[in-house]
Amino acid sequence: MRILSRLPEAWRQPLAIAGGVVALAWLVIAAAAPLLAPHDPLAQDLPRLAAPGPGHWFGTDQLGRDILSRIMYGARVSIPLTLLLVVLSLLIGGLLGACAGYFGRWVGEGIMRLADLVFAFPTVILAMVVAAALGASLTNAVLAVLVVAWPAYARVTRGLVLGMREREFVLSGRLLGFSAWKSLRVDVLPNVTGPILVLATLDIGTALLLLSGLSFLGLGAKPPSPEWGAMVASGVEVFDSWWVATFPGLAILTVVLAFNFLGDTLRDALDPRTARAIKERAL
Amino acid sequence: MRHPLARFLLRRIAVAVLLGLGITLVTFVLTNLVPGDPVTANLGQRALGDPAIVAQFRAEHGLDKSLPVQYLTYLGGLVQGDLGMSQQSHRPVLDDLAEFVPSTIELAGGAILISLVAGVAFGVIAALRRDRLSDQVLRVLSLVGISVPTFWLALVAFYVFFFRLQITPGSGRIAPDMNAPPGVTGLYTLDAALAGQWDVFASAVGHLLTPALVLAAYTIGLLTRFTRSAVLEVLGQDYVRAARAKGLPGRVILFRYVLRSALVPIITVAGLAFGSLLSGTVLVESVFARPGIGQYAYKSATTLDLPAVMGVGLVVGCVYVLINLVVDILYGVIDPRVRLA
Repeated sequence: MRILSRLPEAWRQPLAIAGGVVALAWLVIAAAAPLLAPHDPLAQDLPRLAAPGPGHWFGTDQLGRDILSRIMYGARVSIPLTLLLVVLSLLIGGLLGACAGYFGRWVGEGIMRLADLVFAFPTVILAMVVAAALGASLTNAVLAVLVVAWPAYARVTRGLVLGMREREFVLSGRLLGFSAWKSLRVDVLPNVTGPILVLATLDIGTALLLLSGLSFLGLGAKPPSPEWGAMVASGVEVFDSWWVATFPGLAILTVVLAFNFLGDTLRDALDPRTARAIKERAL
Repeated sequence: MRHPLARFLLRRIAVAVLLGLGITLVTFVLTNLVPGDPVTANLGQRALGDPAIVAQFRAEHGLDKSLPVQYLTYLGGLVQGDLGMSQQSHRPVLDDLAEFVPSTIELAGGAILISLVAGVAFGVIAALRRDRLSDQVLRVLSLVGISVPTFWLALVAFYVFFFRLQITPGSGRIAPDMNAPPGVTGLYTLDAALAGQWDVFASAVGHLLTPALVLAAYTIGLLTRFTRSAVLEVLGQDYVRAARAKGLPGRVILFRYVLRSALVPIITVAGLAFGSLLSGTVLVESVFARPGIGQYAYKSATTLDLPAVMGVGLVVGCVYVLINLVVDILYGVIDPRVRLA
């Protein structure tokens, strides 16, 4: 596995370390929110719209709820859903793309034309239509993002599988009597996972942005759920109290940035042209 | 049709028609497969209780017919330039689009202009100063640009520059006490300039600047990254080394040798990025209260206004095809080796 041997060098990159630390911190916050949060995220306390200060470090919102606690609990909503979303689009898109690449002909053509159609539509607008049609809820927002997210994986996987299909070790596997499925599972897929995982890491940020964007528009999480996009939207109504929208937005930014730092370094490490440069720098 | 350019254009038009068909079909199927009902989305609670009004609404918008008939009726109108009636605004969709599209073209056009200038400049700096501090700073900044939630950045920009510092105008397209310039193109900046109303022009540009910058954040980041790697790749080429060995000044090498060659991948990415810009307008227009196609799409999507959603999809699809066409033509202009085929 050449890919794995390149990983330690990637880890020596300061950006990757920063991204890894921040991502890990958010995972810990999400897991331990009930222990870490200073207040109940739904408890209403006076005064309302209190500015950040001791007691409420990030201030309170228009219902007097502690924003810091809501952001911590919000991590339990946004992060697992985003990860689930990326895993699902990777599985669906990857499987469809692998079939399109391996079996070709009309199956492949059909799948890829469908992917092209989704690509031609602006993502937010298509996701908006799906979310609105399904009815505003967080689950439906996830489904809506899934509809627009899978084609990227299908396209990349298909390209990689196409290149792998004609390789000699795959052909010899077929000559040894592997069925198409076994050949795909044993010989082809393990060799294309690296680049697809990089895509998935970079996609975590995109998926979170889209999901929170839908919630911001009122097509995702419903109150009183402490979803970050919905929290930013609630800040629009109380413009004077800048902290209501600012901190949840920063939460989104830091999570997306952390995964983009990681993905960007991983991509450089897996790209043979830049891998050498990284190696030289790391030594 | 022997002429290569004619064949090229013909094929592009065929693709555009197919794309348009696909977009209408996807919207149509999606909005009809799912549980949402345009009748409940559009009529008030009282009207819903009256079967006569519901039936009238259904008949008015052709919702009482079978799905294939509805779709074919729509296509029939489409070839005659009729995009149907919006169920929400009770106006022809074409009129709605004509009103809202120019504002978005102004916004997205401004954003892509800003992104191209800033993104290419930053990318070139990063490539020329590779691995130095400025390269690292630009790398972090471009990743921040890609990662920042557009809707949040819009809010922050509005709060800081309008509300606190009061250096930018507020929401809308021009100052509220001004009249829109005489409509020629619908683009307020261009119309005001054409009419010589320079105060209106200044106001329109002022109102455009912040939202366009916010919208451009993502594409600036994207273009910086791509320009950097494209320039780095060209810098390693033999002909650049030869130009250096010849003793040509750095400026000439950069603009005539490096940038020209690096522009092909940059323009490809810029063309693709235009799609994400159009997506971003939904969020930016809602914060800055600019009446554009993003806002219109949002209103139509939430009320399941089918003809309006398809109209938006078609406009965006056309823009997509048009941008790709421009990109392809630019390839030939920039790089004489490229032939349209």
